[in-house]
Amino acid sequence: MKSTATPISHEEHPETNPTRNFRNITSMQPKRRRKRSFTVKQTVAFIALCFMALLFIMPFFWMLSTSLKSPEEVSSKNVTLFPEELRWSNFIDALDAAPFLGYIGNSLIVSILAVALTVFINCLAGYAFAKYSFKGRNFLFLMVLSTLMIPVQITMVPNFFILKELDWINSYAGLIVPRAAEAFGLFLARQYILNIPNSLIEAARIDGASEFKIFTKVILPNIKPLIAVLVIFTFMWRWNELAWPLIVVSENSMYTVQLGLAMVKGEHYIEWTQIMPLTLLSIIPILLVFLFFQRYFIQGFVGSGMKE
Amino acid sequence: MYFMKNWYKKNSIAIAPYIFIAPNVLLFLIFMIIPIIFTFYISFHDWGILGAPVFIGFQNFVKLFSDKVFWTSLGNTVYYTAATVPLSAAFGLLGAILLNRKIPLRPIFRTIFFAPVVVSMTAAGLIWTWMFNPHYGLFNEILSYFGIGSVDWLTSTTWAMPAIIITTLWLRIGYCLVIYLAGLQAVPDSLYEAADMDGANDWQKFWRITLPMIKPTTVFIIVMEVIHGFMVFDLIYTMTNGGPGFSTTVIVQYIYQKAFVEGDMGYASAIGTVFFLIIMVLTAIQLRIGRDDS
Repeated sequence: MKSTATPISHEEHPETNPTRNFRNITSMQPKRRRKRSFTVKQTVAFIALCFMALLFIMPFFWMLSTSLKSPEEVSSKNVTLFPEELRWSNFIDALDAAPFLGYIGNSLIVSILAVALTVFINCLAGYAFAKYSFKGRNFLFLMVLSTLMIPVQITMVPNFFILKELDWINSYAGLIVPRAAEAFGLFLARQYILNIPNSLIEAARIDGASEFKIFTKVILPNIKPLIAVLVIFTFMWRWNELAWPLIVVSENSMYTVQLGLAMVKGEHYIEWTQIMPLTLLSIIPILLVFLFFQRYFIQGFVGSGMKE
Repeated sequence: MYFMKNWYKKNSIAIAPYIFIAPNVLLFLIFMIIPIIFTFYISFHDWGILGAPVFIGFQNFVKLFSDKVFWTSLGNTVYYTAATVPLSAAFGLLGAILLNRKIPLRPIFRTIFFAPVVVSMTAAGLIWTWMFNPHYGLFNEILSYFGIGSVDWLTSTTWAMPAIIITTLWLRIGYCLVIYLAGLQAVPDSLYEAADMDGANDWQKFWRITLPMIKPTTVFIIVMEVIHGFMVFDLIYTMTNGGPGFSTTVIVQYIYQKAFVEGDMGYASAIGTVFFLIIMVLTAIQLRIGRDDS
């Protein structure tokens, strides 16, 4: 399987290659190889997996199929799997019913800016927590980690007033900045940077590099897989988020994709043949990112599990 | 200026880390820690949409204890978590075991199982609301092939929560599966070879080798899924908004409802405070389990 190859090779330091941690655990090859060719057990497993896969695909298929049916077909007594004819005009009708392209634009702005900000400050802080010893380090790190368990809703009321005070209601800043410090991202960054050999940092320091220069010239080039994971995750978090935009945004022109979706359902004039195309449009960007960068998604999820 | 620069240069190793963590820590402080403390403070006040907060002592908490909806929503949160955590872990493990062998189309299977994990809860909520439609939805149609009659999923106080749980399984099994797959691949082959020599069957190998060896993975998955279960909001907000009645109202959604729909900031903060304490106790238990384990 091709995907076992790491994206960045670390020829210079093969024995301390930090990408290894990720590579091994996401290896596509089954570890246990059976010498017998195709056994009964494998056949049973294969059939079971096919059945399971069918169940998993069904909702996606149902969304796509509904997106292309006519409203009459959808509301007829006979539930059909495939549309009688492909009605692509559903997408145009749906975009007429809600300014969804604007929502997608908002979500793209928020997600992309949030990625830039979050990845930068998480890597910076992750580096500090991993490679410096300073007073209060453990306390501050634990404080940050403890917020992993806190749902947005607990802090919702005070945050609403803080945002109001900052005049950040209905603004991109309100959608981006408060959520930029991601506990999970910081945790991932620290774990990953811990594996970078101290000798690299020391060597740069002896050469007279400033602390920030060490970060940009030594650390950043060595954590490209981490950055990839963080970029993809932050994009997914911000793109998929509903609770926070619900607090920050009240004006229709500032709606994000998820807000738009959540609101569309409550409207009486809108049909399922319009809701499903919008849902499909909302999923396509994140699904494309996933299909192209699947390896990083899985690395991130699995990598976070290796904490103990 | 020169002296300052010189001073920084000399002490940069001591100062730099504070500068590096400053953006993160400040954001946490302003948008997490201070709001939590502020939530405690507001919970002792009567505060509507208009007007200033009025100190009322423990009245919000007294009201909370006799608030049936609060207890229902707490019960629903536990119901949801207690159902989704073991089920998604078990199906995830089953899928991982099936996948952890030489099998055709293996990467494709993994992609299919994992794909729902990246889908937003809002989108998933809409797709499954439509799947569960009692007249035109696919779910009842499939059930009818097996001779099961039509169920009014999301409009029934009995079946709305199971419907949300089924949706959650679709969203979360892939996550558990991928983590378990990594856990399974870390189990040394030699253990299975030794068991083969002793004539152990697959069932024995699963209970005696696989399950004990992947226990840290299981603990991790349970912790992650419990966090997920206690925080569930988007899915319920889109699928039922807590209804019918209060049959799917969970705590976080009740907080949102009280604060932003009914405008009772003080009472919402009291619920938030109690929920925060519950989470702290839960975290302490999980830390204890995690420590015993390692």
